[in-house]
Amino acid sequence: MNDPEPLLQVRNLKKYFPITRGILIRRQVGAVYAVDGISFDIYPGETLGLVGESGCGKTTAGRTILQLYRPTAGQVIFDGVDLTALRGEALRRMRRRMQLIFQDPFASLNPRMTIARIISEPLRAHHIGTPAEQVERVQELLRLVRLNPRFINRYPHEFSGGQRQRIGIARALASNPDFIVCDEPISALDVSIQAQIVNLLEDLQDQLGLTYLFIAHDLSMVRHICDRVAVMYLGKLVELAQKDELYDHPIHPYTRALLSAVPVPDPSVERQRKRIVLEGDVPSPVDPPPGCRFHTRCPEARSVCTEEEPAWRDIGGGHFVACHAV
Amino acid sequence: MSPLLEVRDLTTRFYTLDGVVCAVNGISYTLEEGETLGIVGESGCGKSVSVLSLMRLIPEPPGRIVAGEALYRGRDLLRLSEEEMQQIRGREIAMVFQDPMTSLNPVFTVGDQLTEPMRLHLGMSRKEARERAAELLEMVGIPRAAERLDDYPHQFSGGMRQRAMIAMALSCSPSILIADEPTTALDVTIQAQIVDLVKALRDRLGMAVIWITHDLGVIAGIAERVIVMYAGFIVEEGPVGEIYGNPRHPYTLALLASLPRVDRTSNQRLAVIPGLPPDLLGLPPGCPFTPRCSYARPECREKNPDLQPVHSGHRVACWVDVTTGRLR
Repeated sequence: MNDPEPLLQVRNLKKYFPITRGILIRRQVGAVYAVDGISFDIYPGETLGLVGESGCGKTTAGRTILQLYRPTAGQVIFDGVDLTALRGEALRRMRRRMQLIFQDPFASLNPRMTIARIISEPLRAHHIGTPAEQVERVQELLRLVRLNPRFINRYPHEFSGGQRQRIGIARALASNPDFIVCDEPISALDVSIQAQIVNLLEDLQDQLGLTYLFIAHDLSMVRHICDRVAVMYLGKLVELAQKDELYDHPIHPYTRALLSAVPVPDPSVERQRKRIVLEGDVPSPVDPPPGCRFHTRCPEARSVCTEEEPAWRDIGGGHFVACHAV
Repeated sequence: MSPLLEVRDLTTRFYTLDGVVCAVNGISYTLEEGETLGIVGESGCGKSVSVLSLMRLIPEPPGRIVAGEALYRGRDLLRLSEEEMQQIRGREIAMVFQDPMTSLNPVFTVGDQLTEPMRLHLGMSRKEARERAAELLEMVGIPRAAERLDDYPHQFSGGMRQRAMIAMALSCSPSILIADEPTTALDVTIQAQIVDLVKALRDRLGMAVIWITHDLGVIAGIAERVIVMYAGFIVEEGPVGEIYGNPRHPYTLALLASLPRVDRTSNQRLAVIPGLPPDLLGLPPGCPFTPRCSYARPECREKNPDLQPVHSGHRVACWVDVTTGRLR
């Protein structure tokens, strides 16, 4: 199923946020190494999951790929064009093809705008269509996300969380993008509503041939929706593989611990499961540990892990891992 | 023997400008000594309000406990004076909340906050309480506990704050620990640590636990008995194996079916519960799940069914027997 030509190639992408001190004379005293050299491809029509715990840099990675944050280093090649080299109008034209769906359906819609204005904003920004055509397009988009097109003049507060997320999805689809970064699109929703939104995202992908980067921390949902899954820890990718390969044969000790910690809604399974409980907390990305970033919590750490950074390599069949023990 | 806690017909409403919110609608359940009870449901189903009611922590106004009893060792918590209630809270029944960031006071050290209940309830001296606080922090797995007593909450990570909250809740050896979504704000690896910690402490200290969550996975691993709530009603109650292995309420069935699992691959579409939970401002007379229920029949709209036993200890509130699709 892997198309030979990836839609998106991420190469050694880095994003550091400077930490400054001083009011009049600001000098940089450090940096948050939020994303520190990640590389992967996304193929047309696939869903790549990006998972990891809070603070691991997955949201920053998504936004840096979209050039909402300009990267510190590295390349993002979208359909053959290096986005990191583009500026101004050339970049703006590419943005039409890449959109973002946000986590919080309450904070991501302007409460003072009508649904029509919210959804048509990408159309106005990119000068797509006349005002009349834009209204028509908004109605079409509302039908696409299964909302009543008559809602067009209502305000966000009149909608439930699930409906607002549909509005956010309609806005993301307005400019007819090829690629959508879904940044935790269901984590703020109730369990019974999550399945509705996930099914909608899957249907839209089939209908419109979309490619998704699905950022999430719910590993059960990621297994359901994604084709391949990448695991991130403290700014680095630790493992990436086809989803069943990753979930059934995880190699990296962090992936194994992460998967073993996910509860299963079945008491008989839960009783027999062996958890790998990690000690301590994730270190700060301001001062990441040398060598392998996971060595401070890794049950299998050896002396080489504290000194040398493990290489990111394909161990066969597109299963990537960065670990000295492999 | 009478149960440790017996809640009967608890009804809590909120009198707001928009109308009366029927948050908890006559729920009854029991909790035995040393037992772990899970309460599951989605936001707004009344799971938190039901335990806040029996702790008498409902802000009045706008809230009011309009009916019911909550018998703790034979005393009705809903009829105690505020002074008597203060003797119960923290000492007999302790609570851990969802957000460890907002439930610790940022301007006092962790040690100050940990020693307060012990000095108040157990009359310990400053020095005794401090020694005990260090022991407690150690017990919940915080390294260099004695030194960390002088830290402020912001110097702790999220998981450590929740551990400190648990240490505080356990400081007076309560007989009931109420945990209201204690791991929802935490990452899965930290969640696993906290769940293991509470299980170990429960077994060691022999306390009963009420664990409230929307996560059916966490409940499967920790609870012995489960209550499923919807729109302020208990719709199903039973031993954990029965609830997951033999669910009898259409809502429980649909909820379990809509969950993907980390240990299985599925290429099918997720089962969906259509529509939205009802507005608690104007509940219809019938079963509140009717508009979303695939088993619904005309009688469901007219009268809300009571909990009826289907097995020993397994009760369900539904007119329809989901195993046959017919009226029971």
